[in-house]
Amino acid sequence: MTDPASLATGPLFGLPLADLWFGLLFFIFSTFLFLDGFDFGVGALFATREDADEREQLLSAIGPFWDGNEVWLVVFGGAMFAAFPAVYANLFSRHYLLMFAILGALIVRGLAPEMYEQRHDAAWQRWWGRAFVVGSLTAPFFLGMFTANWLLGATTIVTLPGLVVGLAVVALTVVDGVAFLRLKTRGDLREDLRTDGYRALAAYLVLVVVTLGYVYGAAPALRSSLFSTPVAALVLATLVLAGVYAAATRADRYYVAFGAAAGLVFALVGIVAGLMYPAIDRAGGLTVETAIVSTLSLNLLSIGAAILLPLVFLYFAILYSAFSGPIEAGESY
Amino acid sequence: MIDPVTGSRLQFALTTIVHIIFPVMSMGLAPFLVYFTWKDIRTGKPIYEQLRRFWTRIFAVSFVVGTVTGIVLEFEFGTNFAAFSTTAGELFGGPLALEGMMAFMLEATFLGIFVFGRERVGNALYMVSAIAVGLGTWLSAVWILIANSWMQTPRGYELATENGQTIVQLVDPVAAYANPRFPWMFVHMQNAAVESVALFMAGIGAYFVFKHHVWAYPVEKIGFWEATLKFGLLALLITAPLQVLHGDLYARHVVETQPQKFAAMEAVWETDSYVPEYIVAFPTSIQDLLDPRAKDIFGIGIPGGASWLASGGDPQATIQGLEEFDGPQPPVAIVFWAFRIMVALGFWFILLAVWGGYRWWRGELLEDDLLHKALMVSTPLGILAVELGWVVTEVGRQPWVIQNVLRTSEGVSPGLTAAEATMTLAGFAVVYLGLLALYTYVIVRIIRAGPPDVNGPELDGPAETPTSEVQSDD
Repeated sequence: MTDPASLATGPLFGLPLADLWFGLLFFIFSTFLFLDGFDFGVGALFATREDADEREQLLSAIGPFWDGNEVWLVVFGGAMFAAFPAVYANLFSRHYLLMFAILGALIVRGLAPEMYEQRHDAAWQRWWGRAFVVGSLTAPFFLGMFTANWLLGATTIVTLPGLVVGLAVVALTVVDGVAFLRLKTRGDLREDLRTDGYRALAAYLVLVVVTLGYVYGAAPALRSSLFSTPVAALVLATLVLAGVYAAATRADRYYVAFGAAAGLVFALVGIVAGLMYPAIDRAGGLTVETAIVSTLSLNLLSIGAAILLPLVFLYFAILYSAFSGPIEAGESY
Repeated sequence: MIDPVTGSRLQFALTTIVHIIFPVMSMGLAPFLVYFTWKDIRTGKPIYEQLRRFWTRIFAVSFVVGTVTGIVLEFEFGTNFAAFSTTAGELFGGPLALEGMMAFMLEATFLGIFVFGRERVGNALYMVSAIAVGLGTWLSAVWILIANSWMQTPRGYELATENGQTIVQLVDPVAAYANPRFPWMFVHMQNAAVESVALFMAGIGAYFVFKHHVWAYPVEKIGFWEATLKFGLLALLITAPLQVLHGDLYARHVVETQPQKFAAMEAVWETDSYVPEYIVAFPTSIQDLLDPRAKDIFGIGIPGGASWLASGGDPQATIQGLEEFDGPQPPVAIVFWAFRIMVALGFWFILLAVWGGYRWWRGELLEDDLLHKALMVSTPLGILAVELGWVVTEVGRQPWVIQNVLRTSEGVSPGLTAAEATMTLAGFAVVYLGLLALYTYVIVRIIRAGPPDVNGPELDGPAETPTSEVQSDD
């Protein structure tokens, strides 16, 4: 395999690399949506907290993590560019304004906590606090819109399923954020968050059902995929995980609830991927097989990812273990 | 309404010009922070803890603003330059993907520990984090410059047709990615980043030293600012001469590989030998400014200088003029003046380094008010020189986005409308200039607040008296 010539003639070890990269792309997207999702959820929950000290705790909870979490989006963009360049070009130029809406929301969301901590007067913190909430709500909403439009091959920005999926993703990030914050806080705050988690979970389930109903009723091209084994299994898994999340939240099994929240995100993105396959850009007429980059580039990329992604998980393990457990008193952002 | 091609080009120019400031700060600060962290851990001296903590705050803000502005760039190739992305994705996408996985991830995860984790982790992991963050910022530059060097001097590819579109297909990864242009760009860029931060540190240090020692206005923790000035000056003494020396060699490489760009840098239209180098050029009319022609311009020329520069020592050497290249020319005025100002700044930085070094050696560093003023004025000039250098590199490559392979105008997204392009350009103009203003405001605040209080023996300097500026803001 070390002979460069052989890298150009066939896929590495004869693996079905195009399909693997399709899977990996959505895996990376899920990881982003789960990890940065709890940051977004914390941002949404920030609006429900008036107390300055509690707000400080929310910011401290995500402080060391959010930047690394967001880099999964960069890796998603890079992986799509490298593995499916035609999709990268078509998809992002077609959803031009929506992409910039997502990026704009991410700018506001990323900047706000950093700015919030720069000054301690009330007006400054009020405005940056609001900016943090707005960025944290709009980023997942636009991401949900984008995902629905991508899946359904929509060519307009605002679509009904786009709005529904947008709200579903916002609800899911709150579910995710509650699970994360219950790991990181203590006392009343931790107790209060439980109700937020139940409500967001209920909203999420309703919105998912509406979305699946829409796919069944209004997207005939995807209807058959809806009943394929992987998609049906993931829908079932969503229901089970929702039950686990609710039970674990009630029983204060914090890590179990956090794991269930992660599972919900991966199940949602899995459903999207399952409905989409074998197409990867319906509106652009591209399938996984036609859009995949040619063999030599793909093999090199695969070698790079096989070495680097395990290292990335190691970095995350080091980071999350260094900051494990609830925030200690006096720890500030 | 702005047409989609012009709008996309302006937008990309704006977003990259603003974005590059923040990576320059973080890449340039990285070696200083690794050193301060090492000394802090090893010696436990308060000055190193102060240096580490103060410059980490600047680093953290630069990194956050760099992240949010950089993510935009990651997607802008797709949104605005879809035709380029389709054509070149096979060669260009890989380095970007690897940059994310290898560099950006390393940087962003260990930054959490580096900024927030001093109390949470032991010395060894903390030191590892400082190195990982620094390494991450530099590895980012490796991958971005691998991608960019291929656009300057493309190799290792073949043109092919896929899904009805002409694309470049990778045939020789070693030729493509181990591009001869890469080491020139990497050394020039990284040294420039350190030099820019050296100027930044020296300028700020000089401000407080001037205030304290020349104006006799008591500045708290003046020892910290004196140390900052000295570290900046020391780094400038190393980087400033290297930058000019290396830049000279880099220019020769450009002559060989991108003669059209070099002709634009020198505003040489007709092919000629014994071409002078106009070290100082004065525009005596609007015509000179907008359409410089080396032969007509009033300036101090070194006879045969440009030929000497281009050939590496032969004043008689021939330089190909712009007229030899068919099709559109790069905007000569922008390239010519940007190159001249960058080179002039490079020599100014050497002068500053030598001047400051001499005063330091004589023990007069804290008293020379003219030197302090010169350093203060030069605080942002290193970053300005980096911007001008990139203008020469990118504008000088026009009309090509990939030299001799794809025109920039052909790389823009075909479906993009004038309304969309105008809307996002206007949005970015507001948001990015706002971000720049906000970044400047925060950095100034951090500098005014000064170094943190640390436990340990008092540093030299007067007793602490909080300044009025700091109090009024809180």
